[in-house]
Amino acid sequence: MSLEEEIKEIRRSGSNKDLDAAPEFEMSDIFYFARRGVESIMDDEVTKRFSAEELESWNLLTRSNHNFHYISLRLTVLWGLGLLIRYGILLPLRVTLAFTGVGLLVFLTSIVGLFPNGRMKNFMSEKVHLMCYRICVRALTAIITYHDSENKPKNGGICVANHTSPIDVIILASDGCYAMVGQIHGGLMGVIQRSMVKACPHIWFERSEVKDRHLVAKRLSDHVEDKSKLPILIFPEGTCINNTSVMMFKKGSFEIRATVYPVAIKYDPRFGDAFWNSSKFGMVNYLLRMMSSWAIVCSVWYLPPMSREEGEDAVQFANRVKAAIARQGGLVDLLWDGGLKRGKVKDTFKEEQQKLYSKMLVGTQEDRSPVTNGPGIVRTAGL
Amino acid sequence: MVVKNCLLLCPVFVSAVSHSQITRLYSRFTSLDKGENGTLSREDFQRIPELAINPLGDRIINAFFPEGEDQVNFRGFMRTLAHFRPIEDNEKNKNPPTSEPLNSRTNKLLFAFRLYDLDRDDKISRDELLQVLRMMVGVNISDEQLGSIADRTIQEADTNGDNSISFSEFIKADDQRHERTWKHRLDTHIVTYVTAGVTNAGSTGTR
Repeated sequence: MSLEEEIKEIRRSGSNKDLDAAPEFEMSDIFYFARRGVESIMDDEVTKRFSAEELESWNLLTRSNHNFHYISLRLTVLWGLGLLIRYGILLPLRVTLAFTGVGLLVFLTSIVGLFPNGRMKNFMSEKVHLMCYRICVRALTAIITYHDSENKPKNGGICVANHTSPIDVIILASDGCYAMVGQIHGGLMGVIQRSMVKACPHIWFERSEVKDRHLVAKRLSDHVEDKSKLPILIFPEGTCINNTSVMMFKKGSFEIRATVYPVAIKYDPRFGDAFWNSSKFGMVNYLLRMMSSWAIVCSVWYLPPMSREEGEDAVQFANRVKAAIARQGGLVDLLWDGGLKRGKVKDTFKEEQQKLYSKMLVGTQEDRSPVTNGPGIVRTAGL
Repeated sequence: MVVKNCLLLCPVFVSAVSHSQITRLYSRFTSLDKGENGTLSREDFQRIPELAINPLGDRIINAFFPEGEDQVNFRGFMRTLAHFRPIEDNEKNKNPPTSEPLNSRTNKLLFAFRLYDLDRDDKISRDELLQVLRMMVGVNISDEQLGSIADRTIQEADTNGDNSISFSEFIKADDQRHERTWKHRLDTHIVTYVTAGVTNAGSTGTR
């Protein structure tokens, strides 16, 4: 119910009559704000998106067991056995595979980079990327089901997907070739990035360039216009969300004139929670947790391509795409900004609430205009 | 363990909130407690976006903190939230409450009263009412209009003429709100009509 309807409901519960001529302000109006405030303290839609989803039944991973209860000896034995298998057998195998995959990626892309630009190079680059990503997928024991592959992104388009973890990239890139977008890092990540870009054009930004929205937009449009280049992969939420909802899409990617290929990714939380809570765990810790889960099971849906329609602005287009992704993945469609994970909410939202309430007060005052105004009296008297 | 201690130390809770609700709220309390030190500060509350955009968010947050303190523990958190449990649930309880339950009508009204009473002197002065009104409407209403709204409200509720609203006057105003009838409103409007001196009898019509 809207603010106005709820406050009228509160006022109505006191008196017996319809309220078109209600006094402008009642002290009981405060109940509305108090109740909404306390409701949001008890549970709110936003903060729970930034921590791992709670499971209905335990999946034998300690990390999913938030309120530890000792239940039975049998369960503890099972858990212990699971621990042995996961850390003793699965983890070492997976780590070896991971190193192999990454190592091969760096080595082979550097070799491909030595070739002159042309169809041969693109072909080899594609093969190399796919092979290495598939090794990495095995390293995580990711069991992926791809749906509607006929809608797979094509050159000159932009692929947008909901973001849960860095693994999203590996999952998508093992089924198709994309041009990645991101900030250049130092360390191992930087090495990988620099060698990848030798084989085929990815879009890496220096840290200083990231702030410049125009520069970012220009580089993206230039890439998109060149039909020989791969589709760009972007995560418009801008941050990792826990895969129960889709939060606000930043409009930057939707301002560029290109076909958008939406992709929905939904993980099955029973086998391992893929959400990266970056305020709690670093990258290495996160990867270790991933590799010591049972498996990463997920579904990927390629949705039909969408374009910006006449008279639609970037924000509306972004919301339309977001709704389609949320619907397909069975996720909650939220208007809240994922940036609220770290930042404060803007004051404009509070001002909107205040404006709505003021309209309620001032609106009724207009009806109760001074007694010399004929129609005013007739209206209030004509209950 | 914390939950059990709460139940032992404060029998009032047992009547106002059920055990499973306490467990749920404790889970919520810990998820809000980013510093993990067993207490919540005002910043922890302000991190909830839906609360941050509530015009009276700061007043509500303040209701959790006792006078002069900046931290609230789980017991205090529960105590404040217990006011909002529906009154009907009390009937489902096996043990009759020894003292007045936290979520009785009087205690609910006391909670609302304290939202208005900024300096906690058990009176709502015109100034305090104005300040709270200003929080609710932002910049959208002029000082004069807001002032007249405040004056009218105090006029209606104040019975002992001290130009402020005490808690008993607040309760009575709420009682009157429940009793206001059709006849009363009709009377009010006839009075306005007559004193205005407007004589277009045709429009009085049927009412």
